[in-house]
Amino acid sequence: MARPIYQTESGARVFGILAQFENTLTLTNAAKAVRDAGFRKWDTHSPFPVHEMEHAMGIAGRAVRPLAYAIGLAALTGVVGGFLMQWWINYDYFIVVQGKPTDGAWEPFIPVTFEMGILLTAFAAIIGMLAFNGLPRHHHPLFNSERFLSTSDDAFFISVEAKDVKFDPETTRKLLEDAGATHIELVEE
Amino acid sequence: MSVINPDQIDAQRLAGMRPDASRGDIDPALGDGSLVDDPALRPPLVLNGRDFHDVTEIVCGYTEKAPGWWWFHALGFAATVAGPAQNMIHYLIITGVGVWGLNNQVDWAWDITNFVFWIGIGHAGTLISAILCLLKQEWRTAVNRSAEAMTIFAVVCAGIFPGIHVGRVWFAWMLFPIPNYNWIWPNFRSPLLWDVFAVSTYATVSALFWYMGLIPDLATLRDRAHRRLQRGESQNMKLRLALPIPFPVLTMPFKGDTLRAYIYGFLALGWRFSGTHWFRYEKAYLILAGISTPLVLSVHSIVSFDFATSILPGWHTTIFPPYFVAGAVFGGFAMVLLLLIPLRELLPNMKDLLTLRHLELMAKILLVTGMMVGFAYGMEFFIAWYGANQFEWYAFIGNRANPETAPYWWAYYTMIFCNVVTPQLFWVKKFRQNPIIIWIVALFVTVGMWFERFVIIVTSLHRAFLPGEWHMFYPTWVDILTFVGSIGIFLTLFLLFVRFLPIFPIAELKAVMPGASPHDHEHHDDDHSDDQGDAPAKEGAH
Repeated sequence: MARPIYQTESGARVFGILAQFENTLTLTNAAKAVRDAGFRKWDTHSPFPVHEMEHAMGIAGRAVRPLAYAIGLAALTGVVGGFLMQWWINYDYFIVVQGKPTDGAWEPFIPVTFEMGILLTAFAAIIGMLAFNGLPRHHHPLFNSERFLSTSDDAFFISVEAKDVKFDPETTRKLLEDAGATHIELVEE
Repeated sequence: MSVINPDQIDAQRLAGMRPDASRGDIDPALGDGSLVDDPALRPPLVLNGRDFHDVTEIVCGYTEKAPGWWWFHALGFAATVAGPAQNMIHYLIITGVGVWGLNNQVDWAWDITNFVFWIGIGHAGTLISAILCLLKQEWRTAVNRSAEAMTIFAVVCAGIFPGIHVGRVWFAWMLFPIPNYNWIWPNFRSPLLWDVFAVSTYATVSALFWYMGLIPDLATLRDRAHRRLQRGESQNMKLRLALPIPFPVLTMPFKGDTLRAYIYGFLALGWRFSGTHWFRYEKAYLILAGISTPLVLSVHSIVSFDFATSILPGWHTTIFPPYFVAGAVFGGFAMVLLLLIPLRELLPNMKDLLTLRHLELMAKILLVTGMMVGFAYGMEFFIAWYGANQFEWYAFIGNRANPETAPYWWAYYTMIFCNVVTPQLFWVKKFRQNPIIIWIVALFVTVGMWFERFVIIVTSLHRAFLPGEWHMFYPTWVDILTFVGSIGIFLTLFLLFVRFLPIFPIAELKAVMPGASPHDHEHHDDDHSDDQGDAPAKEGAH
């Protein structure tokens, strides 16, 4: 069955529904309600990370596991690559200093191996975080709502996308209202 | 218990429970209200009952409103001091390292002293942002952004010196393993090369960490500029001369907020404060904190290997790595205090976000790390005696401590006085709660930490094994202007940061404020039934 296409009165496509909440407690409770209603394409918005929101949203573990693997892989690449680089360079261009043993001596390579591991981990952490979040992104329909801009200040929101199979302008609005939303609006695509 | 947690008042007020809760009548014993003695109480991290919106307004206001006149004067002064450093570096490159006071015996002097001095200062930022993050020290949120910025600027200053001291600067690329047609590679078994990797990794990771923290706050600045544009509240950008002489004000053909929305918008990467994003963000931040902790410890350890792996008496010491790390944290916190205490007076409302308790906690860290450094100074003498190596004994007694034989005894005692004696003032509560005294001690510590590196490097080098080679070091005017200029570069960068970027982590600060956790709003009824509910805040002192 094809999903219905929702439009506003002006004829623009509806991106979704945006509900504002008063504080972190009502936001968390509403998030639990939306989660339990079985929505998939929805999100919360808060000026700062809210404690244990990942459980209220039902994304704990699932959302970060691929990121953790990516970072772990980068760390391993940094350590192995860093060590091999030094080992090969020492083999390719052999410098005798102070008569110190060179064949099989791996100990002098540890500091740089460590630093290379750290370097790649750091890059993977920030680039991976952005990539899994779908950022950088030039625009997002939510920014069409002027009210939404205050989420960077002191406002708390839940957005439910119209693409979600469970989305329905009336019932979703009712759900969010019952969860304690103080203001609800439709956001245009 | 008839005391009330100051946090609770704010939480209740934000939950609409105590609209009349006044923070006006604070016991003078509590200072600005943050100096609560009882360890069972959590003193407020943000004073005067500021809410989330106030924090946004205060911090964004620093970049959005015109800065005070002090800022232009300070920037003018700092940039003027920085200017000669560039000339001196240029002069050095076209002439050679002979323009410094180096000689055959003392072939490292102010250059490496300045390098270690600046890289050490950089350590406080990462300590605050990484180690205190892992230790869940929530007070770090008031200082971490500016400390991280300071870290990066200090590393910038540090990076200048090893880069130019190599003599032929155009060969500095050979420090890195870049394939070349001579088929030569750097020596990875040299601590100097470890240092290249440690410092460049440190600079990169610090910058990444700093930028990652900035993303949400840049988004806040972006949204504010965008909203002002939407509402038509923006005005065309005006350029006026920052000097009290008559000069026409140039009105630009575009709005300042357009520029803000574009630049901050570009840098904010489209951050939209999503819960899913925050979750990944927090995990990535935690991982960065986790890896930065061993990183910050490794960097100064590796810097100390530059010295410790040599056989020079005074350098050849196993205590160097921990001793250098403690000294770095010590010097770094001193610089944080040196910058933030005046800033706290100059920027409006900053005292609400950076409280006396923050300063007291940092003073305590100065005391602890100062004691560690003092212990290391003592341990060096013990090992010199216990090790029964006559050269090492002479390096410490004959070259440093004994005024009869040591030409640099005054540098040694300056170091001891500044680093070991002055922080002892912080045993007294009144002193460590007084910003002026903290600032003066921090100034002494900064001077002392420069002298520490000077003592380690120059006094050890100037009299090595053969008396026939002994030689004094005298800095030239190029040495002096380069060092003074590096302070100017540091201050210029810091002043630009204060003007154009959020100097507090807005999002992180909000996350530790009352009302941020869902639990703050949960037990309204319990609070009313408690007899604490109506007790005035001042009872927290008893």
